Order: sequence, then structure tokens, then C-alpha cells
Amino acid sequence: MTPTLKALTAATALALAGGAALAEGELNIYNWGNYTSPEMIEKFEKEFDVTVNLDGYDSNETMLAKVQAGNTGYDIVVPGDYMIKVMIGEGLLAEVKPNEMENFENVDPKWVDVWWDPGRNYSIPYQWGTTSFTVDTAVYDGDINTLALMFDPPEVLKGRINMLNDMNDVINAGLRYLGYGRCNGNEDEMREVLEMLLEAKQHWRTMDYSTIEKLTSGDVDLSQNWNGAAMRARMQRPTLQYAYPKEGFTGWMDNVAVLADAPNMENAKLFINFMMDPENAAMTSNFARYANGIQGSDQYMDEEMLSAPEIVMPADAPAPDFVKPCPQEVVDLYNKVWTRLKQ
Amino acid sequence: MAETSVPTPRRAPRARDLKAMPGFKTIGWACIFALYMPLAVLIIFSFNDNRSVVKWTEFSLRWYEAALENDGIRNAAWVSVKVAAVATIFSTIAATMAALATTRTAAFRGQGLAYGIINQPLMIPEIVTAISTLSLFSLVKQATGVTGIGYLMAAHTAFCIPFAFMPIRARLEDMTLTLEQAGADLYATPWQSFRYITLPLLMPGILAGAMLAFVVSLDDVIITLMVAGPGETTLPIFILGALRRGITPEINAVSTVLVAVSVILVIALFLVQGRMKK
Amino acid sequence: MTAATLTQAQIEERRRTRRTRRALLAPALIIIVAISVLPLGITFVYSFLKPGTYGGVIWEFSTDAYVQFLFERDIFDGTLQFNDSYLTIFMRSIGLAFGATVGALILGFPTAYFIATKPREQRNLWLFLITLPFWTNLLIRTYAMLLILRDEGMINLTLMGVGVIEKPLSILYTDTAVFIGLIYTYLPFMVLPLYASLEKLDFRLVEAGYDLYANRWRVLRHIITPVAKPGIIAGCILVFIPGLGAYITPALLGGGKKLMIGNMIAIQFGSSRNWPFGSAAALILMALVVIALLIYARAAGKGARAHG
Repeated sequence: MTPTLKALTAATALALAGGAALAEGELNIYNWGNYTSPEMIEKFEKEFDVTVNLDGYDSNETMLAKVQAGNTGYDIVVPGDYMIKVMIGEGLLAEVKPNEMENFENVDPKWVDVWWDPGRNYSIPYQWGTTSFTVDTAVYDGDINTLALMFDPPEVLKGRINMLNDMNDVINAGLRYLGYGRCNGNEDEMREVLEMLLEAKQHWRTMDYSTIEKLTSGDVDLSQNWNGAAMRARMQRPTLQYAYPKEGFTGWMDNVAVLADAPNMENAKLFINFMMDPENAAMTSNFARYANGIQGSDQYMDEEMLSAPEIVMPADAPAPDFVKPCPQEVVDLYNKVWTRLKQ
Repeated sequence: MAETSVPTPRRAPRARDLKAMPGFKTIGWACIFALYMPLAVLIIFSFNDNRSVVKWTEFSLRWYEAALENDGIRNAAWVSVKVAAVATIFSTIAATMAALATTRTAAFRGQGLAYGIINQPLMIPEIVTAISTLSLFSLVKQATGVTGIGYLMAAHTAFCIPFAFMPIRARLEDMTLTLEQAGADLYATPWQSFRYITLPLLMPGILAGAMLAFVVSLDDVIITLMVAGPGETTLPIFILGALRRGITPEINAVSTVLVAVSVILVIALFLVQGRMKK
Repeated sequence: MTAATLTQAQIEERRRTRRTRRALLAPALIIIVAISVLPLGITFVYSFLKPGTYGGVIWEFSTDAYVQFLFERDIFDGTLQFNDSYLTIFMRSIGLAFGATVGALILGFPTAYFIATKPREQRNLWLFLITLPFWTNLLIRTYAMLLILRDEGMINLTLMGVGVIEKPLSILYTDTAVFIGLIYTYLPFMVLPLYASLEKLDFRLVEAGYDLYANRWRVLRHIITPVAKPGIIAGCILVFIPGLGAYITPALLGGGKKLMIGNMIAIQFGSSRNWPFGSAAALILMALVVIALLIYARAAGKGARAHG
């Protein structure tokens, strides 16, 4: 027993030391899971002789909680639009001035003066997309560009609907359907939203994030969805179509940023500049299946990406709505509506 | 595994039938069958040509190739096994010691409190432990400057202890002290009587506890998600991240490989043991 | 030898026992206190603070988190009103966890007994067989369950093939699916402790029971169950408590339309940005569990005494 114990102690000591060593030439990236192109990472490692550690998170909030606690050891994070705003406000991001970097000229001007980081002093575009829904046109052949399909569904779609299990996505869609504003603190309007959602919920089958499985397995014929996921689902079920509802839909952008306490600051800056290169941005898009905000990346992109109706928005679709973070009272109110809805 | 020193009486053939309870055998087999059904489905889908884990098309090995090439998945599987192994060993040792302390002697003051503390990780939803452990570890990192996978292993060890403790204690409870006393009468040192009497008697409980701890560590999502540092993604975290963007049968392929490797290891172990007995 | 020296020896003996006991308990207690109880203290403090704007806490004393559990203040008219949302969620989770515990016991007891009556050299192999499916990831296993429970899944195809039913049973995305899923997920947590205690059953007692003309039921009730009791208790605790906090299984198999305690608390630390309420709800849950265990322990203690 004793030799075994000794060996164990030695092994643990080694394992403990392992993480602390090798600090030279590293870059620790914390991105959404399965969202980073391995080829792109390999290219970066080769070009700059840096070892990259890549880990994934499942939500902006998980990432925020870890970063707020401090000492994560990560250099690069990829927060969504509203989360960039929150993190800048909380002083969690380093002001690395991407706008003064060499490759900044490639950033599409329409993504420079954004409300979450005006002038791009902290972050650069990573991927952007929309959150709307997908319908099987073989099941329902009417006009699909209306939120009524989710909230007041026709007979054929009743009991065949999946919603995202996300407070903001569901409530925002409900607000648009009733024509009310986002970040809504009006209690009467929110009560109306709750009643409408409760009524609609009877016709929903599930509320789940795994939209691709739900659609391709045939469990549902309509699912609230992100455009990239919609494209992947269509590859397996060709009659699916992504809707651009006339009432509006959510737009979002994930952005590459550097943490204020990044241990490898110089490598992180190199990475920011690297990500604004059109070829590298295209590698990301080809893997993650969303659009990037870098001009000139089209020539490196897969053919199917350039023609996909999920990625290339039709000219007559409404502009995507990038929702700002709401004040605490509104979040509390949303939380009450959500709890009631799912009680 | 070591034989116990309890003399097993030779039973009349009649006795074996008497032990059986009506229907128990059927339920036992049915349970094992039910437990293996999802595993079978999982393995079948690892050979699916389609990128779906829910719809079968045709046989292919492409996901095994993909998994082999995918550094992320391979690393995650390796980290998972490493953390689970360390957590299992340490938690089982600690749990065995604690179980001995709480059962081999007469009831003592503070026994209830000791139970309560040992079972505490069970009592509270993981997310809460996860968030507060995160705050605590961050402070420790700040104060000591030490980083690394040790934190993750320590966190796993903590929540594995009650899972290992329960079966071991259940085993020890009501077990008489007669044999140990006999040993003591024969001038065995406490260590000898533990090594040659108590430990063999306890072994089924320890094994059950260790297996539970291993399974629990291997499956943990929430605490790992919060505590893991750079390069410490485990398989469940990898899968969780992939969930929104669609799981591919690569994960099934990795799981199948893990199962196959453990089956081979265990069969080898049994063969070696069988040979040693002869 | 005088009485006094005897006592001296006894005191010495007792002291040694105490030292050993402390040394044996130390590793487990130190690890858990450092990594789990201390954080629990943090949780306790959080539950009496105010929520930070973007998660986290503001260091101001407040009992709002506890009030919010049963009452709501402002959604409609600003007065305190009784609100059953959270209670409903708690009751649903408790019901499902309890059902899963009973189900796992009904299936797990015979299985553990079945293994314990196998020849000694085979038992470890059987234990391994029980745990092996669980070496794969829970999420992936749950996806496999989806396939089995689906309308055109294996259960329905088999039942229809045999002719038991004509139309497929709608199991997936219902409470039944969650119930089946929870039993499946936690079955080994029941079987392993049960096995650990049943394995020490001396089957000569069973034989003796039959010799005294007891029937199988009486043997099971009066000879086998008392031996298995520590295992039953351990198993029930290991299924019930994790079952309460479970959320992957309910979310995937139940369709995610209803909240469970686990999800409800988790979203407080996520999109709802209310850490104090999440902490308070978790502590209330823990208090309920502890109270249930205490009541149980007292009842069990009385029962044992009455028996003796």
C-alpha cells in the first residue's frame, strides 16, 4: 500500500506542477464550445510559435461568472454583444485598441461604431447571426414570415413546435409579436405577454437548445433557431426553411476581446490582429457556419455559405434587432414572467 | 480481489435454490438489459455515416477517424479519465477511513455532525457549490499564485467522498468486531488486523464505493465548468459546449472507445486474477 | 490490581480510540470542509445580500431573497402577495425524485440480491457490468434514451410488434419519460450500496428461516431486509438527493417546458442575475432535505428500539 501511496502523491504533485509550467509562448482561449476552427488555431500556433489552450463555455453568463471571480488564466474571450458592454462597464476587458492595429482596415465599417463598443477600442467582430425560426415547408405551406406560427400556430403545427429554452429569446419574440418594445418594464404589457405565452405554450412540444436534433429527428416541424443551426438542419432535412418574420427578429454578434488580467497579453494582441485577416476570419466562418464582419473574407469562404438563404438575408427582410442589456428591474420582471410560464 | 477469511460453509444443493427469491432473477436480468439498451444505441450510432446522433443512415467509420484527429475531444477524454482516477483514489481512501472511524467504535459525541459534514456535498445543488467554490478558489489562487489541474481534482475528490462513503459504511454497519478481537487476542497489531481481517471483509464495499465515485466524477458538468482552468476541459464540458451547435457521432465514437478500453482492462484483470489463484 | 489502575487503563484505551478516530476522520472532513462547507458559508452570506447588476452580489444586508421565495412584491400592484410558483416547482421536483427513489428501490433490490447470490468469484464482474454503461457520458446516454422512448422508438416498436398496443404510446417529453430517465440514471446509486450490505448476508439464516417453516415473504421481510437496511437507507439517500437537483435528464427527456429546482436555481446564477435568490433557494432546499433526514432518522431509531 505504501509504495502505491507514494507513487500517487508523486503523480499528484506532478499534475499540480504541470499547469504552472510552460508559461512561455502560450495563449489561453475561452470561447463558446465547438465554435473555434481547429485549422485556424493550428495556423496561429505555427505562425507565431505559440501553444494554444482552447476551452469552451456554454453561455455568456458562465463565462462572466468565471471572469468576475478573477484569476481564470484565460487571455481571450468571445462575449456576445450585450456582454461586451457589461464587461467593459465592469472593467473586465483590456483596452487593446484593435482600431490601431494593422488589420483593422479589413473590418466592415458597419461593425465599427456599434453600441456595445463604439469605435472598437476593446473588441473585434468574430461571428454574427440572427435568431428566428425554422419551419418545414412540406408540413406548412403558407407564409412563414410571421411570428404567429410560434404564438398562434395553424392546426398542422400544433404540438410540433420547439422553442429555445432561453428567457430573453422567448420573451423578446413575444414582445415583437405583440408590438411592444424591448427591455420592457411596463407591467401591464408584460402581463399581456405572459398570458399570450401561456396560451401559446399549450401548442409547444419542447423548449430546448438542441434545435438541430429536434428538427432532424422529426420530433418537431418548427423550431426557434439560430441561422447557422438552421443551415445545418436544412442539410439533413431539405424542406426546412428559415423565416425572416415581418415583426422583426434578434441579431447578435460575438466579439473577440482580451481580458484585463490576461497572463499572455502580447500573444493575445497578436491573436486579435490575426483574427482580422480575411483568410482567418473565413476559416472561422467555414467551421462555425456564421457570417464574420471582415471584408474580403468571401473569396475564402465555402460556396454553400455564400448562397445560403440563412446567411445571406433577403433584401426585403427587416433589419435584425441587436438587443441591449436590460436594467435590473426589467430582468426581475422577465424572471417572474419566465418562472410563471414554466412553473 | 482478496478472499475473506470467513469460512464459507458448504451448502447442500437444495440451499442454492432456497436463496433465490421468485422473480428477482427476472428483474435482475431485465435491469441489466435496460441498462445496456442505451449503451447499445450509443455504440450503434457511433458507426452512423450521417452527422446525426438521432437518425440512422449507413455504416461508416468516419466518426472514429474524426475523433482521432480531433485534439479537443482527445484531450477532453484524457483530462476526464485523469481527474476521475485521481478523485476516485483519494475520495475512496478518505471515505474508507471515515467509515471505519464512524462504525468500528461505539457511538461518540459529534458522530452526527461528522455524518452531516461528510454528506454535505450531496445536500446542495451543484450550481451553488460550483459558484461558491469558484469564488473560494479564486481567492486561493490570488493568495498563493498556484494554478493547475489540482484545483479541479480537489473539487472532484470532495463531491466524490459521500458517494464512496455510503456503500462502505453500509457494508461496515452491524458488522461484528468478533474477528478483529480474535485477531487482537492472537497478538496481531492493529495494522495487521486491519490489513488481514477488516480490509478483506470491507472490500466489496470499497469496490462499490470506488465505482460510484468514478462514475460520478466522470459525469460531472456544473462544478467542472466553473472550476476548470485553461486546458482542463473534460468530456462532459466539451459535450455541453457542443450541444447548442449539434452533437455529432464523434462523441459516441469516443465514448465507445472508452467503454471498449475499460472492458479490455477489466477482462485482463480478471484473467490475471484467475491465473494467480491457480 | 486495583480498581483505580483498571480505570486508568480504560481511560488510556479510550484516549487511544479517540485519537485513532480523529486521525481516520481527518482527511475526509478536511477535504469536505475546505472545498464544500466553506463555500456553503459563502452561499449563506450571499443569500442575505442584494443582487449585483450583472450577477454577483452587492454587500448590503437584505432578506428579500427569502421573502421572494413565497411572496412577490411588484408585478401587479406592489403589495406582498402569496406566490406559489416556486413552491410548485419544489413540489414537482420532490415528487419526481421520490418516485424515482421508490422505482429504483423496487428494481434495484432484486438486482442487488441477484448479484449477491452469485458465486463469490463472479460478483465483482457483475458489479462492473452494472456500472459499465455509466462510464459513458450522461448527455450522450440521455440522447440514446430519447431514441428508445420516441414515438417510433424501440419501446413502441416492440410493444406494437408484440401486439400489446396499436398506436404508439406518447412517452417522450412527458413526466413519465423523466421518471424513467431518473430511475435509469440513478439505478447504480441504489444497486451498489444495496449490494454492499446484502453481500454480507449469511445465507444459513435464510435456510434456518425456511427450516422454521417461514414462507419466502416472511424470510424476505424478517431475515433479508434487516440485513439490507443500511444499504436501503444509503441507496435511497443517494438517489433522492441528487434526483432533486437533477436537471439534464428532466430538461432533455421532459422537453424542458417545466422548471425543476435544479434549473430554477441555475438560472438565478445565469440570465436572471440574482445570486442571492439562487443561494436562498438552495439553502431552503438543503434545509428541507436535512429536516426530512432527521425525521427519518428519529423514526428509524424508534422503530429499531421497538423491535429490540
